[in-house]
Amino acid sequence: MTTYLIRAASVLGGERSDLYLADGVIAALGADAADAATTARADGVDVVEIDASTLIALPGLVDLHTHLREPGREDAETVASGTRAAAVGGFTCVHAMANTDPVADTAGVVEQVWRLGEDAGWAQVRPVGAVTVGLRGEQLAELGAMADSAAAVRVFSDDGKCVDDPVLMRRALEYVKAFDGVVAQHAQEPRLTQGALMHEGVVSAELGLTGWPAVAEEAIVARDVLLAEHVGSRVHICHLSTAGSVDIVRWAKARGIDVTAEVTPHHLILTDEAVRGYDPQFKVNPPLRTAADVAAVRAGLADGTIDIVATDHAPHPDEDKDCEFAAAAMGMTGLETALSVVVAAMVDNPEYDFDWADVARTMSTTPAAIGRVAEQGRPLEVGEPANLVLVDPDATWTVDPAALRTASENTPFASDELPARVIATFWRGRATVLDGEPRARTDVRA
Amino acid sequence: MRHLLSAADLSRAEAIEILDTTATMAATQSREIKKLPALRGLTVVNLFFEDSTRTRISFEAAAKRLSADVINFSAKGSSVSKGESLKDTALTLAAMGADAVVIRHQASGAPHRLATSGWVRTPVVNAGDGMHQHPTQALLDAFTMRRHLAGGGEAGPDGIGRDLAGAKVVIVGDVLHSRVARSNVDLLHTLGADVTLVAPPTLLPVGVHTWPCAVSYDLNATIADVRPDAIMMLRVQRERMSSAGGGFFPSPMEYSRRYGLDGTRLAALPEHCVVMHPGPMNRGLEISAKAADSPRSTIVEQVANGVAVRMAVLYLLLAGGTETEGSR
Ligand SMILES: [Zn+2]
Repeated sequence: MTTYLIRAASVLGGERSDLYLADGVIAALGADAADAATTARADGVDVVEIDASTLIALPGLVDLHTHLREPGREDAETVASGTRAAAVGGFTCVHAMANTDPVADTAGVVEQVWRLGEDAGWAQVRPVGAVTVGLRGEQLAELGAMADSAAAVRVFSDDGKCVDDPVLMRRALEYVKAFDGVVAQHAQEPRLTQGALMHEGVVSAELGLTGWPAVAEEAIVARDVLLAEHVGSRVHICHLSTAGSVDIVRWAKARGIDVTAEVTPHHLILTDEAVRGYDPQFKVNPPLRTAADVAAVRAGLADGTIDIVATDHAPHPDEDKDCEFAAAAMGMTGLETALSVVVAAMVDNPEYDFDWADVARTMSTTPAAIGRVAEQGRPLEVGEPANLVLVDPDATWTVDPAALRTASENTPFASDELPARVIATFWRGRATVLDGEPRARTDVRA
Repeated sequence: MRHLLSAADLSRAEAIEILDTTATMAATQSREIKKLPALRGLTVVNLFFEDSTRTRISFEAAAKRLSADVINFSAKGSSVSKGESLKDTALTLAAMGADAVVIRHQASGAPHRLATSGWVRTPVVNAGDGMHQHPTQALLDAFTMRRHLAGGGEAGPDGIGRDLAGAKVVIVGDVLHSRVARSNVDLLHTLGADVTLVAPPTLLPVGVHTWPCAVSYDLNATIADVRPDAIMMLRVQRERMSSAGGGFFPSPMEYSRRYGLDGTRLAALPEHCVVMHPGPMNRGLEISAKAADSPRSTIVEQVANGVAVRMAVLYLLLAGGTETEGSR
């Protein structure tokens, strides 16, 4: 088995250290690393040395919100293509959303998705289980069976649809306590968003596109934090997008409610102004909001009100985007651009005190904690799993949709120049990405 | 002008050029031989994804009177209903050699997509898209207003060269769903008119406060305070009152009482105020028969001006301007 000696990486953007990766763990750090590598070499072990003197080392990124589309929509993405894109984006773990076909609402489907991930070998796949049978919002799916399955599901979500029935939501919040699960809510009041195509405001009024009002998100967020308080459960808010939602979550946390929240990279950087050209690449759910909302979610991420960044990577084939706005599918890819967008919006932004340790916290440590993924989001210390990513903070790159590793090209960042580049990703001690290129596994699992 | 997608895209000079060209076109329409040779050999495609016989006929008449060949493509009974996309339809028409595409579509922004996606290279004229824009309607309304409010004297009966500075225009009705209202607010503002929108709050979009116009919920007060030079009644769909249709107002009767142009309100208007409606009308809902048929109603005249405006737009896009090279 190949081992890796990483030279002089800046750990979490701080002090430089050597790291030696062997047997799936961080085997040695600092001065010990080179010695360990020398010893290994003497024993005939293959050691690949990586000069990381201009690079930053972070724990492997963990995405709590990924649409891998398999089973059902393999034309848009597969577990293999999606996790390969994840690796290129610096991720060592993704949570695969349940809105597949068939829906991931049984132990059988979540185990299938989990196994596809293990076989593909690009990143750890943690299936998300549906809250309700068929995402229909009528009756609870067998949450316990999914939790007890080989996939060990801990995150449950009807994402794409809101669990809008308050009684059903209450039951779900209560029920998952038995196995330390969490319900991740897609907060969208359905009646207030019928036919909605974009954020309701000044731009939608001009464009004549049916509006998706901020209150439709905020009303559900407010209800759910109160429900979580009432039954003593934790609750997670998916892709929080409005200033009002930030205020509600801030209030809830101050009150001691066990709520966590995520923001997507695109909601950190794009506004509803982008829709003016009617380009469906900017059609997403929840919709792009106003500049004031962008400022609020950035501030919320910086002060910890918003716990994590999650991609909501939502691949779609060309035919679902190359059409009129109303007919287009909602969603954009994000796995390969997420880190760069967070750097552009937060790290390189002098308005916020947000450094690389905050990147590690919001894109690895905390999402792993919310998803109860024991082996991810760990500190870069001796004996910890060798899940890490090396980032060149000074590189820039231009987004070419066709060159991205996801099977779909629906990125909103086409032709944009973005900062920071993933140079290498290691998962369980194996390099899934080297020199910015994905490296397929050669040792096929028996 | 490469395309006509939105009234908001027109500068004051461009708008006046179109209105003045419309006057020229209108003059030819009172002649015995109405047909002009301007667009001979060119093909205009009317691409209608939404039923509108009135608008389609108006564009068809305009193109034919300029001697263009016209292909009518309507979604009903076409391959569109079998799932063929706007893109494929556009590619097909481009391959057939269209020189201009007039498009009506229920999706806001569809003409914009057609013009900017590279699917066709010809000029695109928006004949109404969703709740977004209907620029030729705004132009024909402005032309009609200019005739009545700025005509006369040395500018001639059509008010050649003039804008609508200071004209007070009140637009009443379902602004939320109306591309006519949006187009008119944009164009009338560009031409210097003062616009007041009147509607129940449920039929105004969130964000309307940023539009270049005043907004009122009270028609009686607006008629008394604004003393309008023109009042435009928008069509209101009866379905909008049902809960399935959105429940925007309690009943047609209540709408009519509060926002309809009845005999009393007609009498309260200044004597010179013209009464406009883009059609088709719901007599007895947003406008009484008395108002629609009164001598101050320009509703029939608007239809005639529609043909002249569309002649002017097609002429300027295909034969007139200096920026349309390559369109032939
Ligand atoms: Zn969602």
